[in-house]
Amino acid sequence: MKPAPFKYIAASSLDHALTLKAEHGDEARFLAGGQSLVPAMNFRLARPAVVIDINGLDEVAGIDHGSTIRVGALTRYCALERDSEFLGCCALFADALPHIAHPQIRNRGTIGGNLSHADPASELPAIAVAMEARMRLKSARGERVLAASEFFQGSLTTDLAADEMLVDVEFPALPPRGGVCFMEMARRRGDFAIAGVAVIVTLDMEGRCSKVRLALCGVGDTPVDASEAAAPLVGQACADEPIKAAAAAIQATIEPAGNVHASADYQRHLAGVLAQRAIRTAYQRAVHAA
Amino acid sequence: MQPDRHEISISVNGTAYRRSVESRTLLSDFLRHDLLLAGTHVGCEHGVCGACTVLLDGAPIRSCLMLAVQANGHELSTIEGLASDSGELSPVQRAMHEHHGLQCGYCTPGILMTMTAFLKQNPSPSEEKVREALSGNLCRCTGYQHIVDAVMAAAQAMRAAAP
Amino acid sequence: MTTRFFGAPVKRNEDRKLLTGQALFIDDVELPGMLHAAFLRSHAAHARIKRIDVSRALQRPGVVAVYTADDYGAYWQPGPLLVPPPPIPRSIFNLRTQVPLAKDKVRHVGEPLAVVVAESRYIAEDALDDIDVDLEPLPAVIDLEAALRPGSALVHDDLGSNVSAHVHQSKGDYRAAAAKAHLVIKRRFAYEHGIASTIETRGVVAHWEARSQHMTIWDTTQAPVFVRNGLAAVLGLGERQVRVIAPFVGGGFGPKIMMFYPEEVALPWISMRLNRPVKWIEDRLEHFFATTHERGQIHDAEIAVTRDGRILGVKDVFLHDGGAYDPYGLTVPINSQCTLLGPYVVPSYDSTFTAVFTNLPIVTPYRGAGRQHGVFVMERLLDLAAHELNIDPAEIRRRNLIPADAFPYKNGIIYQDFSQLEYDSGNYEPVLDQTLQAIGYAEFKQEQEKLRAQGRHVGIGVACYVEGTGIGPYEGAKVQVQANGKVSVATGIGTQGQGHFTSFAQIAADQLGVDVTDVEIVTGDTDQFYWGAGTFASRGAVVAGNAVNEASRAVRQKALKLASDAFECAEEDLVLADGKISIVGIPEKFLSLGELAKRANPMRGAVKPGTEPGLESTQYFGPPSGATANGVHAMIVEVDPDTFDLKILKYVVVHDCGTVINPLILEGQIHGGVAQGIGNAFYEKLVFDDQGQLLNASLADYLLPTALEVPRMELGHTVTPSPLNPMGIKGAGEAGAIPVGPLFAQAIEDALQLKEKNVELLEIPLSPSRIFDLIKASEP
Ligand SMILES: Cc1cc2nc3c(=O)[nH]c(=O)nc-3n(C[C@H](O)[C@H](O)[C@H](O)COP(=O)(O)OP(=O)(O)OC[C@H]3O[C@@H](n4cnc5c(N)ncnc54)[C@H](O)[C@@H]3O)c2cc1C
Ligand code: FES
Ligand code: FES
Repeated sequence: MKPAPFKYIAASSLDHALTLKAEHGDEARFLAGGQSLVPAMNFRLARPAVVIDINGLDEVAGIDHGSTIRVGALTRYCALERDSEFLGCCALFADALPHIAHPQIRNRGTIGGNLSHADPASELPAIAVAMEARMRLKSARGERVLAASEFFQGSLTTDLAADEMLVDVEFPALPPRGGVCFMEMARRRGDFAIAGVAVIVTLDMEGRCSKVRLALCGVGDTPVDASEAAAPLVGQACADEPIKAAAAAIQATIEPAGNVHASADYQRHLAGVLAQRAIRTAYQRAVHAA
Repeated sequence: MQPDRHEISISVNGTAYRRSVESRTLLSDFLRHDLLLAGTHVGCEHGVCGACTVLLDGAPIRSCLMLAVQANGHELSTIEGLASDSGELSPVQRAMHEHHGLQCGYCTPGILMTMTAFLKQNPSPSEEKVREALSGNLCRCTGYQHIVDAVMAAAQAMRAAAP
Repeated sequence: MTTRFFGAPVKRNEDRKLLTGQALFIDDVELPGMLHAAFLRSHAAHARIKRIDVSRALQRPGVVAVYTADDYGAYWQPGPLLVPPPPIPRSIFNLRTQVPLAKDKVRHVGEPLAVVVAESRYIAEDALDDIDVDLEPLPAVIDLEAALRPGSALVHDDLGSNVSAHVHQSKGDYRAAAAKAHLVIKRRFAYEHGIASTIETRGVVAHWEARSQHMTIWDTTQAPVFVRNGLAAVLGLGERQVRVIAPFVGGGFGPKIMMFYPEEVALPWISMRLNRPVKWIEDRLEHFFATTHERGQIHDAEIAVTRDGRILGVKDVFLHDGGAYDPYGLTVPINSQCTLLGPYVVPSYDSTFTAVFTNLPIVTPYRGAGRQHGVFVMERLLDLAAHELNIDPAEIRRRNLIPADAFPYKNGIIYQDFSQLEYDSGNYEPVLDQTLQAIGYAEFKQEQEKLRAQGRHVGIGVACYVEGTGIGPYEGAKVQVQANGKVSVATGIGTQGQGHFTSFAQIAADQLGVDVTDVEIVTGDTDQFYWGAGTFASRGAVVAGNAVNEASRAVRQKALKLASDAFECAEEDLVLADGKISIVGIPEKFLSLGELAKRANPMRGAVKPGTEPGLESTQYFGPPSGATANGVHAMIVEVDPDTFDLKILKYVVVHDCGTVINPLILEGQIHGGVAQGIGNAFYEKLVFDDQGQLLNASLADYLLPTALEVPRMELGHTVTPSPLNPMGIKGAGEAGAIPVGPLFAQAIEDALQLKEKNVELLEIPLSPSRIFDLIKASEP
């Protein structure tokens, strides 16, 4: 399990990295935390001819707190975990980060690497979709901004062109009277989810749901945006009936494929159970926030 | 194709090294076979077992998931640097001995490095926290109980020794 | 003799090296000029080899050689039969052992086709891609029942069937027992054991020195002497020309015992061919196919019981997945067959098994070695009977335990060590009592009602087992006092974390009156000790431990004799303590052991006839048959009724492995065993498709339990010494792992009240998804 040969170039600036990527295209891979790329190279499942190390690019690392929160692609999980202001604004991360791998991996893995890798079982793509994050992509040609839901195209596939880099992700701050919850079930802590649910419930002044965003991981080829299925919650206070109905509608929208750990039936069942639990918790947290 | 090689300078356990490495050389292989610091072990080469854990600028990382060339300019700590120069074991090493926290000892380097960093950040951890912190290190021999006991005891010893 | 160390929780001598990164493991061996090997492995489970073309690989810079089966010439021979089948009348055994490199046909995914030798492992792996292989796929034999149907594809064409073995053993008259029984329960059980998955994979380094005509082989083996003898024979060398060193080995658990794996056979040959040292370190991906597994059995079993739950008889017919080759003879299925009987009085037993060749990796013993399968069947049958008869599960077990006055207890069938299965000693009921006490069985039953009323789903399980341990043939030890007063002990077994450096030192230290840290143990180096079998079947402590004891005692006698001559006094007037021998009451008049060692090797004068120089002795120990340990595990779990995830709230083990050498090490063995048992019961599953492809060949998907899955365990023990060895010890290496499967099944059924839903958990491993699917399937 040793990587095939490649040419290694440590990018000295964002422009340098983008120029290199424009030059080498699909033959080249950016190396961020390396926590998905290097295992794939060790198994020789990935054999890039050129590896562009972007770890030196401080300009794409860090968290910018403004009216929205802008997170540089190279920001590591451990930096997110340590930033209490960030965890306050993007509370789904507070729920989700402990589920991502283990401390040693969170010391290296980056948000940009995670989202670009686009593992449908990963927590963060679902959270990005639930939060309606906006992804900024840059290339030597210029830059564009994409909604998270457009960014994820399939299992391990994104809308990134061969010369593009994800440079940062913009998250809207949690609205007032908003409550969130991320829940997942994995066989062991730190494993990829068998199913996971990210929910944001916003309440009106009467304590009824005015908006719900809900996305799932692990149950499709991409993170699944099930906000529409959950929409009947709008106008409802936290109560069993509407939550159950929403969960049933969510179960009907997903098409899990099953895997070595779970049958498709079980994944669907679990999605319903977790959706109910997460929606209820999000409501409660929203009430608390209000 | 000629192998792609790079000059790197790194410090391991306070000793500076300059070496030329092929870009694909994993940090774990570099430490073990180039620097002959074979105390760091390799169990899976895909980031799961934790045997290869070393400290990169003080933080535990998987040395099998990092290229040696990436460590250029960084400081590493490995199991060989834990005991004092006079051979006195560190509190975690000592507690592992006293509580029988190792059997075959293959997972031990990764566990020592992980826990050394963990206790620095968390001087008074609960057992649950210790288990969480340990969950990225697989041990097939011990069932973890004696390791957990050792870490709890080491924490206590370190607190008692702190000024 | 004072027992300062024997029985005490002595800290381990070997720890310091391991804790400071100074212990030598296989991949730490670095030799000048060393080459690196990588094996090209079959991607198909079953295929005919049309062509292997290595010419492109040979051209790659850095590649030194590439070999296929054809290059081996006369060296190409199937491996040896490692454990001959016991002489059971009318049994069938078809021997087909693994080959060093596949020729004509491949029989499982991962079977090696060629080996590349290069200047680095990186280059060797590059060159694997350069080899052109043409395989013509054949239908894969995967399903055990389908494998036995006429017309099935054949793993070994010349055999005419896929039967590896067929064995029938019985005692009493089961048919008569069933006829008079109040109740007969019959079910199908499926038990899969997984892979040992040591954290260190396997490895071999071979170094042929042409000038001295000597071969040194470092090998991750549990049985170095056996490997030396075998390799010397195939290499055409004398045994004195071959030295096998098992360095520190990162976990064994069975698959590292003595397979004569293709890589073990290849490396020494390559080193001789190229006259350079060669290293091969298995990577984790290879480990999933190239190292042996333990896998599944399907049992159709029935139990006949009286109205009050007494066993009248058990009948069992089972299929055993043996994989592509059967070098271990009947070891695994016969363990299942024998261990099924457990600690119970089973007046009649009728058991038949068929071991089946499949196109899957080879099955050999892994911690428990088939015992789990048998114990699962028996324990589940008792649970089912208890339910039908409305008897408490713990109570039905108690009623059937072999009474204390019935030992030695003959079981009337033949065990893996060829002898009649006989339990040497035991006192089972107190073990059960102590377990129930520790888990709080009676209190829990009340508490459970309350918790259920609060909507919490908690359940309890209790499972019993026996474990045959410490089988022969023999081990030896050479104990020697050195001139510096330190004691050296050499044995032929390997060590993989069992603490032999310490437990053997404890034994020697007590006999010789020295500190335990003054005893150096050498294991696993055939040049240090010539004879022996190996570390397996929970036998290291029992067999080698007794040999160390005998040899230490002999040295003690020698020392006392020398001192009594020197002091001109009777031996009874001497005390041996603190590394010296002094005259009783005159502590200032003494001779140190080191001084005595020097005197035992005089530079002048003759050694008297009938004596030998040196303060040393070599002794051997061979038990007449295995010592039987026993124990009970109990567990309380809480199950989430919606996700079916579970949390272990309490785990208790009470066991009896005779006299205990070191309780600290013993605890560690039990903890580790339970952790592996938990993995087996609920996390670890090898998932093959119908083409024999392993779908989860990574540690990300083959789920070894972490510190969060393994709970704190509470241990207790009782001591019933074994009469079969002077120290009274029984092995303990496998006890922790054996009964965990039935415990999970029982506790989960209880927690979710599955009996009321007509759901029975008759298989292992379980998982949340599997429990959900079973419940769903039972719903109308
Ligand atoms: C044992 C283990 C357990 C894990 N468990 C989980 C888990 O439970 N949940 C989870 O989500 N993840 C898990 N991971 C994966 C981990 O989170 C990875 O860190 C993450 O998926 C990738 O981030 P990275 O920074 O390491 O990216 P890298 O591995 O460096 O890169 C991943 C891919 O993204 C590309 N890339 C990286 N950055 C950019 C960029 N800015 N723009 C464009 N392309 C880019 C790379 O070229 C590569 O193709 C686990 C990993 C391990 C080893
Ligand atoms: S070897 Fe690096 S995590 Fe296993
Ligand atoms: S002590 Fe053997 S793997 Fe941990």
